Amino acid sequence: MNPDNLTLLAIASVLAAGLTMSIGSIATSLAEGRAISEALKAIAQQPDEAGPLTRTLFVGLAMIESIAIYCLVVALVLVFANPFWTFLTRAGAD
Amino acid sequence: MELHLDGSVLARWGPFHLNSTLLMTWMVMLVLTLLAWAGTRRLSVDSPSRLQGALEALVGVLRQQVREVLACDPDPYLPFLGGLFLFISTSALLTLVPGFHAPTASLSTTGALAVCVLVAVPVYGIARQGPWGYLRGYFRPNPLMFPFHVLGEATRTLSLAVRLFGNMASSAMIVGLLLSLAPLLFPVVMQIFELLLGQVQAYIFAILATVYVASGLRAHEGRPT
Repeated sequence: MNPDNLTLLAIASVLAAGLTMSIGSIATSLAEGRAISEALKAIAQQPDEAGPLTRTLFVGLAMIESIAIYCLVVALVLVFANPFWTFLTRAGAD
Repeated sequence: MELHLDGSVLARWGPFHLNSTLLMTWMVMLVLTLLAWAGTRRLSVDSPSRLQGALEALVGVLRQQVREVLACDPDPYLPFLGGLFLFISTSALLTLVPGFHAPTASLSTTGALAVCVLVAVPVYGIARQGPWGYLRGYFRPNPLMFPFHVLGEATRTLSLAVRLFGNMASSAMIVGLLLSLAPLLFPVVMQIFELLLGQVQAYIFAILATVYVASGLRAHEGRPT
């Protein structure tokens, strides 16, 4: 197999992994910040309801955060377990 | 890197492979069982031991949380939901022991836990309302929504598994990276932070499972909440 293809693939994978994490975490961190600030406002207005508000906040944060986790998993797969990489190296070995 | 904990086979007997994840899972089970055995060995009302007091406080907090979410008697659901929390939180705490990998940092463990939740929701729902009452929830508010309900169950199982796996695997990985970059102080700080994160993840997994069970219980009752 042409080694240039492998180099290109490595460059593309690393770049894509970095972009996935950075762009993916921008949106989720903005969303989590908004959710937390709204929850803090609500707790400041109704301190008695802090328990249910915190629980709902955690559940919502987990939902939002799962988007960032998907990005992380995609980035990890791109860097550590890239399926195209094994395919190309195996094709090169033959 | 440590993305493939399942790949490190320690021993094999015929078709049965003992990999690192399995061994760590057994160790967590052993720790939990021993703690429960030691805590309940000499139960007493007048002079409870420290361990008994700690376990009672823990079970009390779990019961209260489950009761608040389910809005009903928590006892039928506590063994499953509390067990999920205890397993995940213990495996996160035990990462302080050198040589221990959290079994939850492997996608097969978290996938198994998520499948347990996927199975438990209809089981509890059917036990509460009978098969027809539960199945009618899928056709609410109208039959057009059926595929979306099924899709929702599949994706939330996937997200439960991937969320726990991503958090625990990335925490192990970050500590490993910091060890190679700045080995003196930062890994310790990060490890303390990861302890907190592990507990938060255990709480989130358990509370999400509780919310899903609650939605399965309420699938048919009047208007959905």
